[in-house]
Amino acid sequence: MGGIKKHKRKEPLIRIAKREGLSKPKTVALKVCATVLALVAGGLFIAAQGHNPFSVYFFMVKGALGTKMSFQETVKVAIPLLISSLGITLAFRMRFWNIGAEGQIIVGAIAASYFALYKNTMPHAVLMSVMALAAIVAGGIWAGIPAFFKSRFGTNETLLTLMFNYIAQYMIQYLREGPWKDPNALGFLQIARFSDNARLGSVLGIQAGWIVALLLTVAVYIYINFTKSGYELRVVGESENTARYAGMNVKRIMMRTMFISGAVCGLAGMLQASGTDRTLTDTVAGGVGFTAIIVAWLANLSAPMILVVTALFSILEKGISFIQSRFMISSAAAAVLQGIILFFVLGFEFFTRYRLVLRREAR
Amino acid sequence: MGQHDYVISFIFASVLAGVPLLFGTLGEIITEKAGHLNLGVEGMMYMGAICGFVAGYHTQSPFLLLLCSFLGGAAGALVYAFLTVTLFANQNVTGLALTIFGAGFANYIGEALIMKAPNRAAVLSDNITRFFGGIYIPVLSDMPVLGRLVFQYNIFVYFGVLLAILGGIYLNRTRRGLNLRAVGENTAAADAAGIRVVLYKYIHIVTGGGICGLGGAYIAVVICGGTWTNNCVNGLGWIAVALVIFAGWSPYRTILGSFVFGSLDVLRFYIPKDVINIPTAFFAMVPFAVTAAVIVITSIRKSAVNAQPRCIGINYFREER
Repeated sequence: MGGIKKHKRKEPLIRIAKREGLSKPKTVALKVCATVLALVAGGLFIAAQGHNPFSVYFFMVKGALGTKMSFQETVKVAIPLLISSLGITLAFRMRFWNIGAEGQIIVGAIAASYFALYKNTMPHAVLMSVMALAAIVAGGIWAGIPAFFKSRFGTNETLLTLMFNYIAQYMIQYLREGPWKDPNALGFLQIARFSDNARLGSVLGIQAGWIVALLLTVAVYIYINFTKSGYELRVVGESENTARYAGMNVKRIMMRTMFISGAVCGLAGMLQASGTDRTLTDTVAGGVGFTAIIVAWLANLSAPMILVVTALFSILEKGISFIQSRFMISSAAAAVLQGIILFFVLGFEFFTRYRLVLRREAR
Repeated sequence: MGQHDYVISFIFASVLAGVPLLFGTLGEIITEKAGHLNLGVEGMMYMGAICGFVAGYHTQSPFLLLLCSFLGGAAGALVYAFLTVTLFANQNVTGLALTIFGAGFANYIGEALIMKAPNRAAVLSDNITRFFGGIYIPVLSDMPVLGRLVFQYNIFVYFGVLLAILGGIYLNRTRRGLNLRAVGENTAAADAAGIRVVLYKYIHIVTGGGICGLGGAYIAVVICGGTWTNNCVNGLGWIAVALVIFAGWSPYRTILGSFVFGSLDVLRFYIPKDVINIPTAFFAMVPFAVTAAVIVITSIRKSAVNAQPRCIGINYFREER
């Protein structure tokens, strides 16, 4: 073991070489290719379960977009996913692995719910603004704490943000079983439904959150690409040392970016609770924070692409819940498919940075 | 129940609750020693849990249950290894993808199992649950105090402790183990010294995943009592990832660490209501809150000896210097 062998081996058949970077259309084409292949692999998985993959996919799309109602439902699914993907993107662009979107959504929802349940006599517009503000601040602080420790002590932010998810999750349970228990629910441990005043209205039959989500897409795009703070966070993401040599205050940039990242996710929680659920439940985040990570990565951390990928994933999510009873397929299939898609995209990214060189014919 | 018995049964329960953490942490330590941070422990535990469960459910064989749970976790790790070692994919995102996939996979298969099972409950046969029940050694198991504290656990416990000790010896005392550490500490130097870096990485990532899978089997068989429960791992895999830091990448310290964290999990059953009366949700929160605190504290007082392998998170491409 370990001794240096005589250099006798032939040149390997396939060699990996670095590539200077791929043009944008080619990168997109590669991702599309990966996604299609992933859907094929997912189809094989479905077929292995004894279903016809074509009819499963067909009814999935039909179930998600077939009628006006189902389309509206799909958009409802897309709202929190789009917003939290945008939030995560801000952190990921800085190479800060914010896995805590789930928790940030939850604390945002909790903060908003406090006003919805106990301070709901304000005029509607004021109440909505206060709830949104509370969610933004709560989400921002929840993300800011790990950012503080990361910037001061280099604490592992992946694990810390993740633990914060669970802490937030059990906080809802505490509120639901204790102080916020609905006394009128006859022994059921649940939180009361919001009064009409605390519910977000609809625009075109869908809760108004979709407008917020679209505006945020534009805002995040502008923030990352055309503002000084956006430039700074990108530099930190490229290389912390470069940022430091350039005289940037890395700690401050990190805290600021994470606050905004968490704030955006917190707002998603408020919109979900007030616009869709009309109460605070354990599933207010319901895994969206994790799906958002996949969406953000698939979209190359670019805001406009996030819109596209969110649409795809919402169809997947809603479609699967539609075919659940028809094919006796668990809704967990959505996570399986999403996982497979991400595997393929991650694998295909290889070809954007490297290329394979075949061994030259022996002369 | 006397105070004495009370403490003993608390320790007993802590050990039982700590076993999945023991396996998960051990698997992750071996993976990280190869320079790869696999955040997919949770997912690999899920895959081990469901693969083992399905095998045990259909064949009634405890041995096949263990084998398949190992293979399930190893399969997840193999995907991770292929993506990160061969295709240089981002380790963080790949691990997360594995977690999402693994949880979905287990719930998907588990749901299908439940739908076909009588009374909508997939339950392992008695001979399996008995096999993984507490052991009984005449005389030894009957000893007062020591009998219960040492000789009455299920075989997973002894196997886990043995594995940790073997792991410690492997990493510290064998040539292969030292080579592995070289790979994790300085991949380029290890490569230059003639160590087959890629092979080392593959073997240890996959083995680590298999060990995590065994932890998943424990959750399905012992903690859930042999009835398939969706979302059964519920964050234990993530605590295991954090425990690696707590244990300072030492398999020996993992033994104690996992039992301490196991005790946090069972705390709620052992603190009388009239001593501390806090809502159940807070008790459920304790392991995660303590883990968060531990992550922060260990990062504040960094130690040079118990630091993570230096090449962790950085994929190795030979031509890139």
